[in-house]
Amino acid sequence: MVIGAADAELSDEVVAARAAFPEARRPDRSRAVLSAGLRLAVYEWGDEAAPPLVLAHGGFDFAGTFDVFAPMLAEAGFRVVAWDQRSHGDSEHASMHNWDADVRDAVAVLDSVSSAAVPVVGHSKGGGLMLQLADACPHRVSHLVNLDGLPSKRTPPDVSDTERTRLLAGELAAWLDHRRTAAEAERRPGTLEELAQRRGRMNPRLPIAWLRYLVTVGARRDADGWRWKIDPAMRMGGFGPWRPEWSLLRMPGLGMPFLGVLGLEIEPMGWGTLPDDVRPYLPPGAELVTLPGTGHFVHIERPVDVARLVVDFLAANP
Amino acid sequence: MTTTIVRHAKVDLALHELRAARGPVLLLLHGLGERSPRGVPPVAATWPGAVHALDLTGHGGSTVPTGGGYTCEVLMADADAALGQLGPATVLGRGLGAYLALLLAGARPALVRGAVLDDGPGLFGGPSAPASPSVVQLAPDTPRSAPDPYALVELTRDVRPADYAASFARQAAQLSPLEHPISVAAKGRPPWLEAAADVVGVRVLDVAAALADYAGLAPTGNG
Repeated sequence: MVIGAADAELSDEVVAARAAFPEARRPDRSRAVLSAGLRLAVYEWGDEAAPPLVLAHGGFDFAGTFDVFAPMLAEAGFRVVAWDQRSHGDSEHASMHNWDADVRDAVAVLDSVSSAAVPVVGHSKGGGLMLQLADACPHRVSHLVNLDGLPSKRTPPDVSDTERTRLLAGELAAWLDHRRTAAEAERRPGTLEELAQRRGRMNPRLPIAWLRYLVTVGARRDADGWRWKIDPAMRMGGFGPWRPEWSLLRMPGLGMPFLGVLGLEIEPMGWGTLPDDVRPYLPPGAELVTLPGTGHFVHIERPVDVARLVVDFLAANP
Repeated sequence: MTTTIVRHAKVDLALHELRAARGPVLLLLHGLGERSPRGVPPVAATWPGAVHALDLTGHGGSTVPTGGGYTCEVLMADADAALGQLGPATVLGRGLGAYLALLLAGARPALVRGAVLDDGPGLFGGPSAPASPSVVQLAPDTPRSAPDPYALVELTRDVRPADYAASFARQAAQLSPLEHPISVAAKGRPPWLEAAADVVGVRVLDVAAALADYAGLAPTGNG
């Protein structure tokens, strides 16, 4: 998996879509990491010798959604590392998913970076995963930043299967019907523009030029059109025994410096968490920053501000 | 014994026909770390119809997938994929298979013609509410053969809240055409099973009597 080789053959439409969003920068390096035998695609921006900083993306996203945010952190002096979660982006499509497996994958990525504690930033579901990582492995997380992924008692939309409690006969049957046909499932092909428009329904606040850019990274060009790379067996929604409030109860005991960032505009992929939901559960000394007029993708809508928040937070907690 | 392969997403499941016959269908679900029996077990000897047994993902003759990620919900979908081949069936589950039979009875009330929940490996599962988390990474050279070591690790740590299990039992009781769609035969009583057993419409009955009832062979007491 060498990005440079692929980049040498970029088609005209890819070149045009990327040129139309010049703020974004593809990673400087990519490599593969095995987690329990599963191949994960790992990406890096910035000087390899700089102090590491690890980013975890949200559900149904991929590391390329950091293509604006990560270069800013790299410019601030970090070796920024992100990975495509199992069945997302260019990582291998796994047969099964649960949070323990996602956290195990995260540890495999950390193992490939440093055995020491490193700062970790997680968005949305990635933020929730990193809360569990910090609780399970406090010796691996020096600072924890959560970008609009603080749990509340509301049910997040980008967290699938085992992380939900909703239990309706129709939903159960629909999920099982989906599983019965998952072997033949394919993402619907379309033009680059069609995929960008479709993603716009999940990302209504993000500029279309950015969504077109994302297609060139998170989708592949097949003979019959573009398709998102994410495993077609993945499905939003679902059910399971997990309750969001259980994640909430992991926060007060975290011992590392903690920064939470909440976008206050409610939108489809957001978790709907309000500041008052989480304040009582923040660990001692935690910072909570709220961003009015900003949606769920805080680091995409306001990359300069959020990158500065992260860099200042790390500098203030050496 | 003939074996057919049932595809469930990326996994090939081994579905064994232990006895071919007309009449009602019985599906056996093994316990955690087990595999399907080679022949009809004695307790099901008098079952009047066909008897099938499914090897769950990571077990027996089924695919051992890469990377773990086991949930009882996805294994329930294994069993549902078998029902997709077999049609309506009575489900007899041991241990882990008993929990899956309960979930399936709630999720497919028209297809499960009675679920019998028996003792077996994996009956207790993980806690009712989350324990402190930990990260388990097996050595990279751990053999990738059945039973999958990640199944053995993950399915003894999964959370099985009592009210979650009870909600599947209630759904089965409300939506199944059977008066007693779930029969609890297990002597082991983890909190999830205790809660399910307390649901109206769920009865406590030994395996032989429950199977006889679901087969329509003989009237049974209320147990």
